[in-house]
Amino acid sequence: MIKAILIFNNHGKPRLSKFYEHYNEDTEQQIIRETFHLVSKRDENVCNFLEGGMLIGGSDYKLIYRHYATLYFVFCVDSSESELGILDLIQVKVFVETLDKCFENVCELDLIFHVDKVHNILAEMVMGGMVLETNMNEIITQVDAQNKMEKSEAGIAGAPARAVSAVKNMNLPEMPRNINIGDISIKVPNLPSFK
Amino acid sequence: MALKIVKGSIDRMFDKNLQDLVRGIRNHKEDEAKYISTCIDEIKQELKQDNIAVKANAVCKLTYLQMLGYDVSWAAFNIVEVMSSSKFTYKRIGYLAASQCFHESTDVIMLTTNQIRKDLSSPNQYDTGVALTGLSCFVTPDLARDLANDIMTLMSHTKPYIRKKAVLIMYKVFLKYPESLRPAFPRLKEKLEDPDPGVQSAAVNVICELARRNPKNYLSLAPLFFKLMTSSTNNWVLIKIIKLFGALTPLEPRLGKKLIEPLTNLIHRKIHIFSSHKMLCSQSHLIVSLSRIAVLISLSSGMPNHSASIQVMKYLGLLAMSKILKTHPKSVQSHKDLILQCLDDKDESIRLRALDLLYGMVSKKNLMEIVKKLMLHVDKAEGTTYRDELLTKIIDICSQSNYQYITNFEWYISILVELTRLEGTRHGHLIASQMLDVAIRVRAIRVFAVAQMATLLDNAHLLTGNMQRMGICEVLYAAAWICGEFSEHLENPMQTLEAMLRPKVATLPGHIQAVYVQNAAKLFATVLKNQEGNTDSTAAQETSQLMIDRLPLFVQSANLEVQERASCILQLVKYIQKLQQKDVEVAEEVCALFAGELNPVAPKAQKKVPVPEGLDLDAWINEPPSESESEDEQPKAIFAKEEPKHSRPRHTEVDEKELARRREARKQEQANNPFYIKASPSSQKAYQEAPGVEHIPVVQIDLSVPLKVPGLPMSDQYVKLEEERRQKERADKKKKEKKKRKEKRSGRGRKHDSGPESEEDITPAHMVDIVTEEMPEVHRSCLNITMNLKGNARTNMISAKKSSKHKKKKQKKEKEEKEKKKKKKHHHHHHHSDGGGEESVQNGTVEEEEPLPVSVYDIQGNLQDGSQVVVSVIFENKCDSFLKSMEFNVLDSLNSKLQRPEGSGPHDGLTVPFQLPPGVSNEARFVFTVQSIVMPQKLKGTLTFIVKDSSTHEKLDFKLHFTCTSYLITTPCYSDAFAKLLESGDLKCSSVRLEGVIMPFHHLLARICFHHHFSVVERIDSCASMYSRSIQGHHVCLLVKTSGQTVSIDAKCDEPTLLGNVLDEIKQTFSQC
Repeated sequence: MIKAILIFNNHGKPRLSKFYEHYNEDTEQQIIRETFHLVSKRDENVCNFLEGGMLIGGSDYKLIYRHYATLYFVFCVDSSESELGILDLIQVKVFVETLDKCFENVCELDLIFHVDKVHNILAEMVMGGMVLETNMNEIITQVDAQNKMEKSEAGIAGAPARAVSAVKNMNLPEMPRNINIGDISIKVPNLPSFK
Repeated sequence: MALKIVKGSIDRMFDKNLQDLVRGIRNHKEDEAKYISTCIDEIKQELKQDNIAVKANAVCKLTYLQMLGYDVSWAAFNIVEVMSSSKFTYKRIGYLAASQCFHESTDVIMLTTNQIRKDLSSPNQYDTGVALTGLSCFVTPDLARDLANDIMTLMSHTKPYIRKKAVLIMYKVFLKYPESLRPAFPRLKEKLEDPDPGVQSAAVNVICELARRNPKNYLSLAPLFFKLMTSSTNNWVLIKIIKLFGALTPLEPRLGKKLIEPLTNLIHRKIHIFSSHKMLCSQSHLIVSLSRIAVLISLSSGMPNHSASIQVMKYLGLLAMSKILKTHPKSVQSHKDLILQCLDDKDESIRLRALDLLYGMVSKKNLMEIVKKLMLHVDKAEGTTYRDELLTKIIDICSQSNYQYITNFEWYISILVELTRLEGTRHGHLIASQMLDVAIRVRAIRVFAVAQMATLLDNAHLLTGNMQRMGICEVLYAAAWICGEFSEHLENPMQTLEAMLRPKVATLPGHIQAVYVQNAAKLFATVLKNQEGNTDSTAAQETSQLMIDRLPLFVQSANLEVQERASCILQLVKYIQKLQQKDVEVAEEVCALFAGELNPVAPKAQKKVPVPEGLDLDAWINEPPSESESEDEQPKAIFAKEEPKHSRPRHTEVDEKELARRREARKQEQANNPFYIKASPSSQKAYQEAPGVEHIPVVQIDLSVPLKVPGLPMSDQYVKLEEERRQKERADKKKKEKKKRKEKRSGRGRKHDSGPESEEDITPAHMVDIVTEEMPEVHRSCLNITMNLKGNARTNMISAKKSSKHKKKKQKKEKEEKEKKKKKKHHHHHHHSDGGGEESVQNGTVEEEEPLPVSVYDIQGNLQDGSQVVVSVIFENKCDSFLKSMEFNVLDSLNSKLQRPEGSGPHDGLTVPFQLPPGVSNEARFVFTVQSIVMPQKLKGTLTFIVKDSSTHEKLDFKLHFTCTSYLITTPCYSDAFAKLLESGDLKCSSVRLEGVIMPFHHLLARICFHHHFSVVERIDSCASMYSRSIQGHHVCLLVKTSGQTVSIDAKCDEPTLLGNVLDEIKQTFSQC
């Protein structure tokens, strides 16, 4: 079983948190902080496994993580999951690449502003802590079909809202310069293991 | 109309959507909290509007805020509203929000049942999909119960997209509502062969998770999975299947052999299968060697493409090794160097894994070498966490199984002293307790230890240099105590005394100062003795003066303990000085204060104190409690054994009746009182019968369904156990003579106690005299007690120990006698041992109330011969901590006794010959001697163990149920022999009728054969004769007839009691089904 899926950036800011077991909000934040603390102090060229922190359940649990540019993808799993399997799931096969396809060259900003979409993609991949689908094409098909449905539902009424948000989003690429210098390096230009 | 909608949405487009919210938060870096609180106010406004789109937008923003750690449960109802929108867009937002913040105690969840049901049957597959996804996150037992059927229907939906989700969510439903498993299982099995690979994978996933909890039930699926494994190309499915086989092979060894070939193929094809494959390693040698190759490949050469992947492989290799280590330590030990190399790795995960491995690899030969390497690493290591980890590992490695691998304790002491030089460690306490432990238990080492400790005390300023890190100064506690207690070994006691009375000591923590003061007094006594021998009275007087000068410092201490001890000793010294001035020889008397040797006292030592003659512990000391008193207080009243004088013979008969009457009345009262909160049935029963103490609340469970039952609070259990033990002891006394004649024992079972591998051929470099008799029971925690209890307690403890020794000798003699008798009888029954199949006697699962350790017991019995029963117990550590020093103990009954190694008392526990890392299970076997087999019996027992993290003693109570059936052995019998047997007329007859048995006759017979170890002699239509034989040679014959739903069993046996009990058990078997 997967106990939690966390995505946070190099500064520990959560970009997505999905817990498959209930914790209250404070504990969730603590878990994110602790996990960030554990993961961020590790070197680049070390293995991707960590024996779990205190909060997220003892020695049966492992943290399996990947670091991409500014983002950490962390899965907390128990012993019934294969370490390499999950690693694959994050990277080569499924999660990141699906995000890449859906957002067309994904970067941190996409995750920041479209956390709901990321959740929807994740929901096609992992359900209730169990891996639902590992075939990327299948996931993309389903996500696209749902997005299409959403668009058709919005129909004519959605047009003005879309226009407004398009205008608002036009500023997006400039935003980092205006607001947050730290986020300039967010693009994931050349992921070695992609494709 | 359309215009209105457009107008509405134009209004809305200036509402803040999720992107605006995120942008806003990023723009308000400085006052984020304030900004968010205004946003939340806005959201509250939006939620009040009727427009569902506005609401959905608000809920969407809330979901984001929830991720940032804001409690949004107040909006739960609005979330439900959005969930029930007819538009997919909003529905999805609603379900996402629900999955993020709903949980079992969210009360609006019950409002969702119908909505979810509607969505599940929606014609739109994505509505259904989104509902399933949401439900998977917040399913509650109620929802599971109500929706199980709907989901089950979805499992055969036409769309594979729905099918796979429905299959997967079934696991969650099973968890919350286990009753649904049985009806859903056939369909689940069907889905294993679904044409869609996604559905197939989901089904495999679910069954793997189920099998992890209870592999036994899924053995029958093995062939199906085998087929899948050879045909499937989906790596994910393959990994899961191999994990599943990993769980199944321990139950069915033949599987292991069958798997070798396909696995080898797989490994050649795909390297990463290997990671799951490690689960199988323990199964067969062939696989082990196979995986070893894989491990080596990954460790030494690694994958050529990327350095991180080498690390991944290394990690997995080490993980695999630790799995192999448990079953085949030898094969891993040969890779010692490789593992030591891994300690140099820059990756902490890998280093910790390697450390874990080392723990299991040490032997007498290589201990010193390994520890030396570790010490090097300690010096090199940067980062206190890793260094602390190293330190604890070193101590763990050395002290494991009672210092089994240490051949030279001087070496160990110096290692400990070296460890004290570590800066900023938190584990001073650990080192201190090791020092004390070794110094007390290993006599021969004391001279050396004392010298080392004296140096430590002398250089105390090095340890206390940085006071912020208090950890290490704990060591001084041990040093002071050792120097004081064994001061006769000190070379220069005067110097040590001075070191202990330095003003700087006052900066140490209170409990350490207290020990300093006390031990200064001991040293003082030794110094006086030496000096008076020299006939130089001035020196002695100077010493007294030194004490009088320095002690006031401690009298002023803020710590009460220090104050008390210091003022006591100060007055004593002043008095001594007075005497000295009158030229009185005082050394002898001062030494007498501290005479005698302190011995470690085991927590269970109290048990060994015999109950004094004429003391009836069960008699009331005071009047029985009044009606208002709660039931559970009674045991405590009985427990007031410290006042034996008050006990006098009473008319217990009357009391008993009176008590029963009152209890009845109270029960009645409670039942009628609506405000009385009734306890759960099991605990209620326990409480009500507490005075009888016949029932420790242990729940018996059928093997196939493990349950968790919370035990009673600890203290109560102790009281009960203690009481029960006493009752038994008294009974024992009465019947001792009878027993002596009948009882038999054999040396079997003793072998199990020996360590994992003996290396007796290595002669220890340094001969040490280990106080063996007390060894297994000495625990660190008791050391403090010993020391604090000095004075009065000292004599008590010694006497306690003496009496126990006495007892042991007696016991030994008895045993020897028994053994002789046993040998004769042994021959007689020898041929049985082959036929004795394994059978389940009982399976209990106990969960402690405390969150920490949970252990599960599968208890299996194994019959060997006429008077012996072998019980295999599987200990599984379900908690997160390492369990060690496990002791298995059973309260012997008159009839059955746990066989203990020679020389141990009748209440001593057997040490379980292994320790349990978290999540690991291991099996131990215990031999019981059984005298009479005609009655079923239950033995109560306890398992004590130490949880490593907290190093506290914990215990679990359990019950072993020896049914009469378990004494029967399936023995084939020919019909002519059977007829002769019946004709002989030696057999007594009995019969039983079973009503309402709805099963085919052959099933019924199979059931009797399986559960009660009979064999069918002859079967004619609906009538069959069956035979079985007990381990003591009783013949049991059955004639089973069935007509309709009635089954009548006529039975004959040469032992009527046995027969009656067996029939009862058969009856029970059928009443359960």
